[in-house]
Amino acid sequence: MLDLDPGPYGFYVWTSYGLSAAALAWLVISSLGFARRWRQRAESLETRAREGEGRGGDAP
Amino acid sequence: MTQALAFLYNPHRFMAFSAWAAPLFGALALALAAAGLWLGFAAPEDYQQGDTVRIMFIHVPAAWLGLFVYVCLGGASFLSLVFRQALADAAARAAAPIGAVFTALALATGSLWGKPMWGAWWVWDARLTSVLVLFLFYLAYMALRAAIDDEAKGARAAAILALVGLVNVPIVHWSVEWWNTLHQGRTVFAAGGSRAATVFLVPLLLMSLSYMSAFGALWLVRIRGEVWRRRAAAAEARLAR
Repeated sequence: MLDLDPGPYGFYVWTSYGLSAAALAWLVISSLGFARRWRQRAESLETRAREGEGRGGDAP
Repeated sequence: MTQALAFLYNPHRFMAFSAWAAPLFGALALALAAAGLWLGFAAPEDYQQGDTVRIMFIHVPAAWLGLFVYVCLGGASFLSLVFRQALADAAARAAAPIGAVFTALALATGSLWGKPMWGAWWVWDARLTSVLVLFLFYLAYMALRAAIDDEAKGARAAAILALVGLVNVPIVHWSVEWWNTLHQGRTVFAAGGSRAATVFLVPLLLMSLSYMSAFGALWLVRIRGEVWRRRAAAAEARLAR
């Protein structure tokens, strides 16, 4: 049976768990966002760079 | 050992490895947290600390990870500084915000545990103060990297700072032995074996493994982001030519 009532210590226990959950959620969201943002930017720039080099190669 | 880790030096191999390893660590972290939280809230109240003992299941793993991540940051900084490994520098940079968050959580949850048990939110105790110094090293590392425009110079300066900060790691660990502190002494890794009751030790170890797996997943994801960021910078340089 789970004991989810910390009695007089509720504020301390639940604030600790709430803070930890919020901080870990922020870490997950910011890390995934950081990776996704740079992946999209890198892929877009690499495509443009390849296209630019392709055109440069065709030039006389 | 070097040979075993050599595949990670290659960004292409690293990206292939991390593409499946990061979600695996993430799933493992969730499963371990579910088991750890279940057992943690099923455990009886501590005879002295009452229900506040449940803060231990998130405070101790955060504190351990704060220290462990700093060792990873120092190791990656060493590889970056001495062997000029670009991926090691990316790993160091990616570790800093994660370690800072774990250390901040250790300080915050410790304070929330300290108030009802010690009667104070904060005391200038050797353990608390050395963990605060650890947190400041993380902040200084990130600030230094952000402050120097030349990325290579910023990486070198920050790596030196990270190595200097390694001196604080044994101080944090041994502070409860070297000084007479209000913070309790080593419990899980005490000489002669753990002093914690099994009913508390099992959820604590499960939550610690969960935090460790979460760090593994987050670190890999952030290193991947760093690799993409550098690839974007290289493509931008090619376009500018």
